[in-house]
Amino acid sequence: MNKSLATSGEEITGRPGLLGRVRWRSLAIVLPFLVIFIAVSIGSPSFLKPVNLLNILDQQSSILIIAAAGTIVLITGGIDLSVGATYALSSVVAGTLAMTQGPIVAILAGLAVGALVGLVNGVVSTILKINALIATLAMSFIALGVASLVTGGNLIVLYDHPDFGVIAKAKILGVQSAIWIAIIVVVVLGLILARTTLGRYWYAAGGNAEAARLAGIQVSWVRILAFVLSGVAAGLGGILDTSRVLSAQASAGTALTFTVLAGIVVGGTSILGGEGAIWRTVIGVLFIALIGNGFNLLGVDALFQQITLGLILLIAVGIDAWSRVRR
Amino acid sequence: MQANQPQSGLPEFHVELRGVGKAFGGTPVLKDISLAIRRGTVHALVGENGAGKSTLSKIISGIYTPDAGELIVDGEPLSFRRTRDALKHGIATIAQELALVPSLTVAQNIFLGNEPRRAGFLSNRELRRRFLELTENVGFALNPDDIAGQLRTADQQKVEILRALASGSSFIIMDEPTAALSGADVERLHELIRSLAASGRTVLLISHFLGEVLDLADDITILRDGELIRTGPAKKESEESLISGMLGRELSSLFPAKPQVPKQTQEPVLVVRGLSAPGVNRVSLDIRPGEIVGLAGLVGAGRSEIAHAIFGSTPRFAGEITIDGRPLEHGVRASLANGLFLIPESRKDQALFLARSIRDNVSISNLSLFARALWIRRKREQASVMDVLNRVTVRGADSRLVSALSGGNQQKVVFGRGLQKSRRIMIADEPTRGVDVGSRRAIYDLIVEQANAGSGVLVISSDVEEVIGLCHRVLVVRAGSLVAEFTGDEMTETNIIGAAFTQAIPTLISGKEK
Repeated sequence: MNKSLATSGEEITGRPGLLGRVRWRSLAIVLPFLVIFIAVSIGSPSFLKPVNLLNILDQQSSILIIAAAGTIVLITGGIDLSVGATYALSSVVAGTLAMTQGPIVAILAGLAVGALVGLVNGVVSTILKINALIATLAMSFIALGVASLVTGGNLIVLYDHPDFGVIAKAKILGVQSAIWIAIIVVVVLGLILARTTLGRYWYAAGGNAEAARLAGIQVSWVRILAFVLSGVAAGLGGILDTSRVLSAQASAGTALTFTVLAGIVVGGTSILGGEGAIWRTVIGVLFIALIGNGFNLLGVDALFQQITLGLILLIAVGIDAWSRVRR
Repeated sequence: MQANQPQSGLPEFHVELRGVGKAFGGTPVLKDISLAIRRGTVHALVGENGAGKSTLSKIISGIYTPDAGELIVDGEPLSFRRTRDALKHGIATIAQELALVPSLTVAQNIFLGNEPRRAGFLSNRELRRRFLELTENVGFALNPDDIAGQLRTADQQKVEILRALASGSSFIIMDEPTAALSGADVERLHELIRSLAASGRTVLLISHFLGEVLDLADDITILRDGELIRTGPAKKESEESLISGMLGRELSSLFPAKPQVPKQTQEPVLVVRGLSAPGVNRVSLDIRPGEIVGLAGLVGAGRSEIAHAIFGSTPRFAGEITIDGRPLEHGVRASLANGLFLIPESRKDQALFLARSIRDNVSISNLSLFARALWIRRKREQASVMDVLNRVTVRGADSRLVSALSGGNQQKVVFGRGLQKSRRIMIADEPTRGVDVGSRRAIYDLIVEQANAGSGVLVISSDVEEVIGLCHRVLVVRAGSLVAEFTGDEMTETNIIGAAFTQAIPTLISGKEK
């Protein structure tokens, strides 16, 4: 019934080790990450080579960017299932424009498409109050359909526009620009979330929307902003990957949404909102990548990767639910 | 003590504890408690939050196993491992948070798990027959076909109690049963508790309302810091003796001295004229600087609705509000910017972010104090929050989760949010609900401190004593309208409750009160 009436303070304060439990929960993702990292390092000597590590990061750069923004959406109490479709739509729009208008226009258009999709997601799910899960699922069909319209079902090939490849593949200090961009996005979003008023408002909106409203926070606006960021991030991811492979197609982002969500959740951000952090998502995404890479290097069947990933996800969500019951 | 054997052959004491102790992780929560609860009585357990009341009741109901000592039920030493063991011996708990299946009917809820069957099929006729038998026995009525989820809280509690009785329970533990109720419903529940005892059942009552305890209980046990201070007949106790027993010191009075009554000539800080909003019907009121005004009335009369309408968190249909003579724009942000702060009725649902730190919870409405553009300057924030926590007497690190605090301290954190910036008007909706006696005084002190600093305070409370003890003036709400006003000696329980129940509603009943 009315949860507000509980006066069970004595049990909560009387039980020691609460802080200990919180710290343990913070570490939940870090420990397995280190274990897998060390295990794969020992099992496969080629793993620790810089080329392999940079390759992992390069492959994960779009996912890291999209998942960082997706973390914010989850923290505000939403969910964005349209990132894969947005990624594809931005890819094909940027790819198409790159052939005729040059890379700058292509990039801006790709980002704008992402922002627009995010804005619609945000408005529909907050102001029109349609459940974000359904709103963004619907949006993902729309975006995929539009992407197919743009390409006419064909593969867009940019091999004769190598200047577009510079975006992701330029080397700065021996590291691909895609990795640099991912690092910048992750750090900037991480700082906004952890150290600014906007970040506090995001946590508040997702943690207790009514309390946030009464505390003077414009909950809808703050949520819409999170969706816009998520859309822009998906657009940026699409542009980077298009630049890397110099081709784009409407079906590109099918599995991406789930990889991104898996990374966020495995990192320990709660799907119920109000809790989580971007550094967690970074570890979560890399943890999943590590398992994939490690299994490849160790020659394990790809089927087992999927099964393992599924089990890890269940454990991650289970830990979240369990810690809530205990609270 | 010589036990008189009643005619039923059962021992006089229904439940006895002998030397019971319990510790969590090395911290003793209960120390050497010996207590005997007489059959067919209402036995109250009082104490501050953290005194061990809940732990004690959970030992009796089998949720916890004592580390030391004996539990004796019906004269027989027992060891409960789980609640089911206690239920088997007729001990049931009515929790604060009710556990009904909202979509089922009253009768279905009551016989949930032991439905009458005929050849494997549920029998509705048999269900009804058993229901009537039960209610007749207990002496209060409910419609068996009502949907449980649509009942008022007091009736839902009846369903819970009937469910306990239907499963054969004769020892009922009630934890703060009236905290969610007001007025007539409280009285109804009191009747019910009395009739339970009269029918030979035993009730263990945990309550923060001392008036209720003195009124209902045959025996009262006082706990403090896990120790039993004394147990004895309620007749020998008074509110003062209970408070001093619970606190371990004399509390000169539960309420601080009221600030000077502000002069009538002073310009009001808050003026409300003809305010209409959902559940609010043409409300006009003034509050002067330094004045504490109470808003009394039954639950559902529209008190919180008036608070929200003034604060701007619900739509405003008509009316004007000014603060220090300046018209107040509608909306939460405008209110906060102009020094109007609301402490909502339910801190967990409407005020706190339980997954966040104390610091985040204090400063969430006041981040502009320490932010440059969007960037929060953490050192300034922390200094300010520590200062506020000091003022509201919450000790310890501000990085702890707010959910780790007791109810009283959580409420102080919400007050801290209000005090971090200087305000002109503070509206406090049920500021001491679910708060222990010690913290309650601290919260009263904070309210008086606000008034002394020249702010206006509007206090909403179901506790009439609190309104009388704290306020200069009381407004009584009925059906979304202000129907009476009392000051000075006219502020009596009789006047206020009388007005809340009977005062005719002036002109134009809105008709869409809910």
